[in-house]
Amino acid sequence: MMTVGLAHYLIVAAALFTLGVLGIFLNRKNVIVILMSVELMLLAVNLNLVAFSSHLGDLAGQVFSMFILTVAAAEAAIGLAIVVVFYRNRGTIAVEDINQMKG
Amino acid sequence: MSGALPVMAPALPEIFLAVAAMAVLMLGVFGKGEEHPRLFFYMGAILLVLAGGLAYLVTLKGGVAAHAFDGLFVQDGFARFMKLMVLGASAFTLAMARAWFEREKLARFEYPVLVMFAALGMCVMISANDLMALYMGLELQSLSLYVIAAYHRDNARSTEAGLKYFMLGALASGLLLFGMSLVYGYAGATGFEQIAKVLGHGHAPVGVQIGMAFILAGLAFKVAAAPFHMWTPDVYEGAPTPVTAFFAIAPKIAAFALIIRVLTGPFGDMLPQWQPILVLISILSMTIGAFGALGQTNIKRLMAYSSIGHAGYALVGLAVGNQEGVTGVLVYLAIYLAMNMGAFAVILAMRVKGRAVEGIDDLAGLARTNPLMALAMALFMFSMAGIPPLAGFFGKLYVFLAAVHAGLYTLAILGVLTSAVAAFYYLRIVKVMYFDEPVEALDKAIGRTMSVVLTVSTIVVAFFFLVPMPVLRLSEAAAKTLFPH
Repeated sequence: MMTVGLAHYLIVAAALFTLGVLGIFLNRKNVIVILMSVELMLLAVNLNLVAFSSHLGDLAGQVFSMFILTVAAAEAAIGLAIVVVFYRNRGTIAVEDINQMKG
Repeated sequence: MSGALPVMAPALPEIFLAVAAMAVLMLGVFGKGEEHPRLFFYMGAILLVLAGGLAYLVTLKGGVAAHAFDGLFVQDGFARFMKLMVLGASAFTLAMARAWFEREKLARFEYPVLVMFAALGMCVMISANDLMALYMGLELQSLSLYVIAAYHRDNARSTEAGLKYFMLGALASGLLLFGMSLVYGYAGATGFEQIAKVLGHGHAPVGVQIGMAFILAGLAFKVAAAPFHMWTPDVYEGAPTPVTAFFAIAPKIAAFALIIRVLTGPFGDMLPQWQPILVLISILSMTIGAFGALGQTNIKRLMAYSSIGHAGYALVGLAVGNQEGVTGVLVYLAIYLAMNMGAFAVILAMRVKGRAVEGIDDLAGLARTNPLMALAMALFMFSMAGIPPLAGFFGKLYVFLAAVHAGLYTLAILGVLTSAVAAFYYLRIVKVMYFDEPVEALDKAIGRTMSVVLTVSTIVVAFFFLVPMPVLRLSEAAAKTLFPH
């Protein structure tokens, strides 16, 4: 029987992280999808940290992931707030409409 | 730890700033925040200066490192130098912001509070001695900056700047974190000293190398170095001008402090691995900074490209990776601070009949309508272009000398070539001011704060060559604490 080791966790985390990055770059529709992608990236990092922490028998990684969870909540709050003020001004949150400035 | 309180004295400036910022926030919410925003701007600036004084006082003699919070936090000569610059720049930009925001009817007490929190985050970044402290400081700074970029909330461009900055900033944080998780996993520690010890034993594991590349990408983003500069022009253009002035100076210096500490501390023994990356980033930044600015018509957008270029020049010194190089970077940053402070004082003073303008054409004929301001702006532009004997020339001189001494000839030659290209657009501004016909003259009254900042930075930029020693000695002492052996 195959046991699930560190490598499996790292592969899953790397896949999730890549999905998050691709979600930001390939997404052409909605800003909310970008916020979700950012969240996915941070969770992938957490998975990495917890897997390493358990593998190394060292608590620092788990403490770190707690900090990241907290900051991610604050980041989501601020991101959504900015999206709301943007919507009030422009009446849209489509990614292609974020185009007032170019150069 | 036998129940004893950890010694917190080295973190006193940060603790002071955190308590002060929260107190000011409470005062604003429950007191007269809405009616007297001016008071809060002054209070914020004074508290920032006080925190700078504390940062000076708590440093041990000779800049010896003092640790707090079980080694997560370090205060040394380098941290003192950087904190004084960051807190000073924050205080001055805050004072300049007051007049501008009042005229635009945007002055609210939240702005000084957010600047104080951002400055607190920057101080933590500068003093971080652990990946966790680094991340928390960086996020405190970034989250405050996202909000003040969108500070003019009824303005479509300002909110768009905030949104763009937020999206790309969050992406950069993600990259940085992913790198940190890999470094933690393969080095087995998050403390800078422990990581340095593990990596000092010989060949760095591949995981750490990949992690370091991710960390570098995230940090390059924060200093607005190419190829991670895409957000800079849009954010600088869209954000309210005082916010742009703040962005261009304090966070940039803090991010440089971070990148210097990370590369010389935990990754100090990986110089062969990170040097090529830095060389590439610095060449790209210098080139994009020089060519991107050529066709710009908005002065804030031009300053954005200028700041990308300056990041490239400063990174030349860091790419050298020795004490001489880091000294060069610190001198460069100190001079950059003076030049940008002055240039933004002029940009903030640009008004036609009370309305803020930001086109380069609006400066036309300034030499006839306001000769003193035109002279000051011309000095800053010449200095940024690196024309001797102005301060900017010396900044470039020291980093290029360090590069030549270390044998990085390509970097030095490309640096000189790109500064020649950059000189074109700096001199174009001088030409517009001195030789073009004025269409609508800029207002003459520029306010007391702007005049003071303008005078001080003009004197520093123009006469730096007479007394360069204090800045040089301070930078050298600060760089020395990073290279103890």
